Amino acid sequence: MESYTPVRVLNYKGLPCPMPIVKMSQEIPKMAIGDVVEVHTTDPGSIADFPAWAKTTGQTVLEIKQEPGLIRVFVKRQK
Amino acid sequence: MDFEQELQALKAKVEEMPGQENKLSMIVFSGELDKHLAAMIIATGAAAMGMKVVMFYTFWGTAALRDPKKKVGGKDFMSKMFGFMLPKGRNKIVLSKMHMAGMGTAMMKGLMKKKNVASLDQLYEIAGMMGVEIKVCEMSMDLMGFKREEIIDYPHLDFCGVATFLANAKESAVQLFI
Repeated sequence: MESYTPVRVLNYKGLPCPMPIVKMSQEIPKMAIGDVVEVHTTDPGSIADFPAWAKTTGQTVLEIKQEPGLIRVFVKRQK
Repeated sequence: MDFEQELQALKAKVEEMPGQENKLSMIVFSGELDKHLAAMIIATGAAAMGMKVVMFYTFWGTAALRDPKKKVGGKDFMSKMFGFMLPKGRNKIVLSKMHMAGMGTAMMKGLMKKKNVASLDQLYEIAGMMGVEIKVCEMSMDLMGFKREEIIDYPHLDFCGVATFLANAKESAVQLFI
């Protein structure tokens, strides 16, 4: 896996579907191409939704880390 | 037929094929809160996925687009009756199940707030921001006696008929009826 450093952390904790991907899609234009952000969410649906969102929009989910009470998603802007 | 010609014919055929655009066409037919929530969550989600979204409001669905703050006069008896009987806007629509004379709907709204689920008000705002288009069936409006002047202010709202829906649906990769 390529190494990366997130440029910032996006706190989407407590927000249920569809807000995590809605907010993520609004964040993309604010990122530079190649930037990685770390998304913090508590919505279990995000584990399936972020990869599905990335696949459709052409972005990349580098990694999803699950911890008790927190899901961390690492998203890279590809285009 | 030579290769170049064949290629051109094939290109033309592909362009004519339905469902090629990254687009969602949705009919919002129902007038209940739960169904409107589902419709709006799918619409905003699709917009987040980079899809163009067009929502067609028809029949009972149109009542949710009424603005309770706007008053219009000059309606005939039947229109007044319909106007009185049908919910005045998205915050007056109720659950399709377990409404229980208002108790169920109130409980659901309380639960949504507690669990941080976006309300219809918030979802309409997000949808407007993300460019989700709303098209209202002119015939339903006429049938229910609604006037354009009592419809909500929404940045991408328009009035249309069935042909507009079909033209949009034909080129959409996803079509839904709610």
